Amino acid sequence: MDLQEYFSLVFSDYTLRTITLGTAILGAVCGMLGSFAVLRKQSLLGDAISHAALPGIAIAFLLTGAKESNVLLIGALISGLIGTFWIRGIITKTHLKSDTALGLILSLFFGVGMLLLTFIQKQPNANQAGLDKYLFGQAATLVESDVWLMAFVTGICLIILLLFWKEFKLLLFDADFTKTLGFNTKFIDILITSFIVLAIVLGLQTVGVVLMSAMLLAPAAAARQWTNSLGVMVLLAAFFGAFSGVLGTAISASQNNLSTGPVIVLVAGVFVLFSFIFSPSRGLLFRQLRFLKNRRDLELHKTLAFMYQIAETHENISHPHAIKILNNFHGFTRSTLQKLVKKNLVSLEGNMWSLTEDGFKTASNLYNQQTKEDE
Amino acid sequence: MSNAQIEIQLIASLVAIACAIPGTFLVLRKMAMISDAISHSILPGIVIGFFITHDLNSPILILLAALTGIITVVLVEYIQKTGLVKEDTAIGLVFPALFSIGVILIAKNANDVHLDVDAVLLGELAFAPFDRLMIMGADVGPKSLWIISVVLTITILLLFAFFKELKVSTFDAGLSASLGFSPVLIHYGLMSVSSVTTVVAFDAVGAILVVALMIAPAASAYLLTTDLKKMLGLSIIFGVFSAISGYWLAHWLDASIAGSITTMLGLLFLSVYLFAPNKGLISVMYREKQQRTEVSLLTFLLHLKNHSDENERHVNHLNEHINWQKVQSQTVLDLALKNNMILIDNNIVSLTQKGDEFTSKAIDYIITNEDSQIEDMKDDFFLFRG
Repeated sequence: MDLQEYFSLVFSDYTLRTITLGTAILGAVCGMLGSFAVLRKQSLLGDAISHAALPGIAIAFLLTGAKESNVLLIGALISGLIGTFWIRGIITKTHLKSDTALGLILSLFFGVGMLLLTFIQKQPNANQAGLDKYLFGQAATLVESDVWLMAFVTGICLIILLLFWKEFKLLLFDADFTKTLGFNTKFIDILITSFIVLAIVLGLQTVGVVLMSAMLLAPAAAARQWTNSLGVMVLLAAFFGAFSGVLGTAISASQNNLSTGPVIVLVAGVFVLFSFIFSPSRGLLFRQLRFLKNRRDLELHKTLAFMYQIAETHENISHPHAIKILNNFHGFTRSTLQKLVKKNLVSLEGNMWSLTEDGFKTASNLYNQQTKEDE
Repeated sequence: MSNAQIEIQLIASLVAIACAIPGTFLVLRKMAMISDAISHSILPGIVIGFFITHDLNSPILILLAALTGIITVVLVEYIQKTGLVKEDTAIGLVFPALFSIGVILIAKNANDVHLDVDAVLLGELAFAPFDRLMIMGADVGPKSLWIISVVLTITILLLFAFFKELKVSTFDAGLSASLGFSPVLIHYGLMSVSSVTTVVAFDAVGAILVVALMIAPAASAYLLTTDLKKMLGLSIIFGVFSAISGYWLAHWLDASIAGSITTMLGLLFLSVYLFAPNKGLISVMYREKQQRTEVSLLTFLLHLKNHSDENERHVNHLNEHINWQKVQSQTVLDLALKNNMILIDNNIVSLTQKGDEFTSKAIDYIITNEDSQIEDMKDDFFLFRG
């Protein structure tokens, strides 16, 4: 199946439609909430939580014996929340730093989860097959009810986001100010963190424990490059997330042996790379171009200043001089001279140059005022 | 105990020691999450190395994978330096991407590669004794035991050779640069050691346990001591203890060895986190409660000193005036009585001479903005703490 076939089938084929919708919704909700995680410098929290959710899945299975994703996800949610609050406890109550706390919870919870999973596998009559799909995720196991659940959670997320928009925004950028205004910062903090945990837990089935953090971060990191406004960033991140979900599903469906999770992550990674390079205001490419332009301007200025020093010593400012004398000066290149001529600051006659009236004036004011029309 | 069991425990203990040494420095340098990133992102290196060598224990594979680990560090630092995103986001972006590449490489070549993603995450210590190293036809022990011994020896040699440099650059990068030890060189040296250790340990115990073995013993030790040498020693002891007890837990539950070693590490950290003498949760909460009572006591004494009126100093009035809950007023009153700071006569509270002296000194410190001195002063005055 190639990509074209995929897109023609996506509306008619039940499985494809479900998976595509699922990954799209997941991408959108992760992008929205991920924006907050990235801006709150909690990027790695997602990684820790997704690993910390594993023992919850195993315990939920051990207790209920159910393989329904809803039951298991509740277990995941509870253990994810416990992990989150323990991380917080370690950071506030001891002198261990946040990176240590994250790494600890991540690896310890995951280890316990693995112990339980292998323990379950050795049980004689358990129909345990399929629990390890939560490790790497299997979008193919999504069914319609899962998608409905995702859509439902996304809806609640949206409502909460809109209701508490002002509070979230305030807390994000100035926590102390929020507190002085009388908002219950603890409550807002717990609310947003809980929703981040919820989004992560939702994604476990699709992209798995290991790659979930990228799902959360990548769209937000890409969106951050294009805007400085929180609202636009959240929308853009949701769009990027949804788009990488759809595109990733399409690519993995069109090839054999490609699991969906890694492909979605790589597609999102491409978005990030593209944004890093091509974003007009922050991107590396335009930054480099601006840098080069500034350097050229500076060289132009240097040449002009040097000419001005020479012209100053003569009564007639337009007295011609040989180009040769500029050669020793490193601001000078043939193209800078051409540019100066083009701007009517210098006139050339054969091998001689002379400053024009305009050029003399500009040069004398070069370091006194900002000239607007550089280059 | 059979021979294989002893070998497994030996391998696990050596891996624990090899991880604890760089782990201590990672925790102190606030780079613990880098070990997580490295442990994931060496996957493509291992897969590519496996295509070339077809042997999971070949030195070329180890070097290639370790190189991927260092590339991760460089990439993270490059992204961070562009200032486009924060450091943690940079880590979170790089390693899932590399890990995805590894997973896809494995999936696309599933037929030629006899590598399983599960095995990569979990490792299989139980099979380690079956892969033996033969030298001239003689069986000299499991391959992974030899490899980990070599790496551990190198790590220990490097630790002894550069202990001073590591110590200085960890706690004061500026000072170490001015003394002529390049912090950058030491940083990359440490990263290389962590990377190699991760790769070697990875085969035996899997990606996640490597992270646990690096961070958990060091973090537990950090809660118990502030001396670098003691911290190293403690984390090695913790690591080995969890490795051996974890093996027996796995044996008893018939479950994954890596998982149970991590569980033991988790239990160990939990108990240290709760019960560590000075920095544990319980002692911190106790100290916070003590300080809360003592601050209340000070407020109470200040109130007494400011009001000479009898009705202001009536026991019942204090409840209303300072707006304390009943229980708290009782505690504070008892504490003040026990320390001979106040006298209660007919339900009228008054300061004793000692109480008066204490309060005046405290006021002095407060108005000269030296609040921290009050803490020292308490030792001189208090017979009982709050």
